[in-house]
Amino acid sequence: MLKIEKIEKTFNKGTVNEKIALCGVSLTLEDGDFATVVGSNGAGKSTLFNAIAGSFFPDSGIIELDGKNITFTPEHVRSREIGRLFQDPLMGTAPNMTIEENLSVAYLRASKGQKGIFSRTGKKEKQFFREQLALLNMGLEDRMENPVGLLSGGQRQALTLLMATVVTPKILMLDEHTAALDPATAEKVMDLTKKIVRDRKITCLMVTHNMHQALDAGNRTLMMDGGRIVFDVKGERRSGMTVDDLLRKFAENAGAQLDNDRILLSN
Amino acid sequence: MSDFLTVGIVQTALEIGLIYSLIALSLFISYSILNICDLSTDGCYTLGSAVGAMVTIAGHPLLAIPAAMLSGVCSGFVTALLQTRFGVESILAGIIVNTGLYTINLAVMEFSANVSIFGTDTVFSIVKNISENEVWQNWSKLILLAVIIALICFAIHWFLGTRLGLSIRATGDSPAMVRASSINPAFTITVGLCISNSFTGLAGCLIAQYNKSTNITIGTGMVTIALASLVIGETISGKRKMPVRIACVVFGSCLYRFIISLALRLNVPTEAFKLVSALIVAVALIAPNAKQKIALQLRKRAQG
Repeated sequence: MLKIEKIEKTFNKGTVNEKIALCGVSLTLEDGDFATVVGSNGAGKSTLFNAIAGSFFPDSGIIELDGKNITFTPEHVRSREIGRLFQDPLMGTAPNMTIEENLSVAYLRASKGQKGIFSRTGKKEKQFFREQLALLNMGLEDRMENPVGLLSGGQRQALTLLMATVVTPKILMLDEHTAALDPATAEKVMDLTKKIVRDRKITCLMVTHNMHQALDAGNRTLMMDGGRIVFDVKGERRSGMTVDDLLRKFAENAGAQLDNDRILLSN
Repeated sequence: MSDFLTVGIVQTALEIGLIYSLIALSLFISYSILNICDLSTDGCYTLGSAVGAMVTIAGHPLLAIPAAMLSGVCSGFVTALLQTRFGVESILAGIIVNTGLYTINLAVMEFSANVSIFGTDTVFSIVKNISENEVWQNWSKLILLAVIIALICFAIHWFLGTRLGLSIRATGDSPAMVRASSINPAFTITVGLCISNSFTGLAGCLIAQYNKSTNITIGTGMVTIALASLVIGETISGKRKMPVRIACVVFGSCLYRFIISLALRLNVPTEAFKLVSALIVAVALIAPNAKQKIALQLRKRAQG
């Protein structure tokens, strides 16, 4: 369970560039929740993700993960329990390392110091990686010795998804992870995401600009504006909502139209 | 062999090339693998040679090797500490350490600019005295160096395949991925720089024992030479697998020394050597780019 209490973050405090990125965001995600997050650019979605991941520490407020206060836990320690995908498919993988080596690095999270730092990727692990890769249905299991830089954006993003979930994370954060892919590939990666999240019952937060997806995927939808969560819907109310309803809600809560041309009204 | 290139010249070029390849391997780890410009090389090399020389003079030529490597580790640790803990830009961290090391090196050499190793054994003389055989007497230095470098190359290759080694590679290859996968970049950078600088220290120690002397300016411009060797090696190896890349770095270093030997034979004055070095580096750096441009021009011409 992720519990965020009144976190605030202001960038460039006291200068002309002062930007209040998060102003008192509170959010509780139950185990197994899959929440989609919508909002225009600068609404604070990515800042919220960065705060949860520990890329910076909030000015005030508390972040708890499974009852443990992680507000000031360093990023690399948190990432043992938090899986993360970025919009840019190039960001989540190391291009000059092979698929197998990338997975080995991601799999480091599994060995909490039980295995020595000088140990190597064993046969058992290679077999495990191969099985996991086969689930992606992209033929990557036969290319484990290839550098990741040779893969397409979609393949890399699928691999990143696998790396983020190879050790089941307590939360998976997806920051528009299909936005840079072509529609067919995006759908494939999205289907994979849904499958993995469902099968492993992973608690998940996903930013999307696709309004259809925002209502279609997951069981909860959050809307952000000006560093606040302005709308939070789940259950029956959500299943009855249409894209138009969502856009109207946005206009009500934010007092403005969604003016982002990247927002897609349908699939 | 012709008169122009005697066996002796080739042999010396190989010997020095192998010693310098340690610095190239050091930069291979910091520059190619970790993607960090570590400019403390000059000072660290001198430190290694100063420590190596002093311990050798004290009568411990074998102990000099781990001592010099340890001094390199310390230097690398400080460079890493500055950039990981205190947020100093990596280039500046290297320059600061390099500057500070000048005084430390002088102190190690008991504040004299030159130190000579006479009257005591060196690792080279110890190995040479194993056999009276004439061939062995002539070639023992080269064989010893080849064995040391081969061991180091194997060690690097083995290490880069371990969990820690993979983490270090990932740190240089994709910072975003590292942040998302429980690796502490501060730790991997520190380990990487300690290892790379230990090789620089070792190179300093070997050159001191090889020349039976050292001086405070021995490291000047060493980073350029090592970079030249590295770039030559990387240009040859391209994007091949790790063992090939490591071997090519060593080969690049030997090739570089070979070019320098040629320049020597062509009676290029020693004052012009730094310029020759710089030119070789420039050519090595330009080569891959020029190759592409020429290929493009040829394609254009073929079309039109």
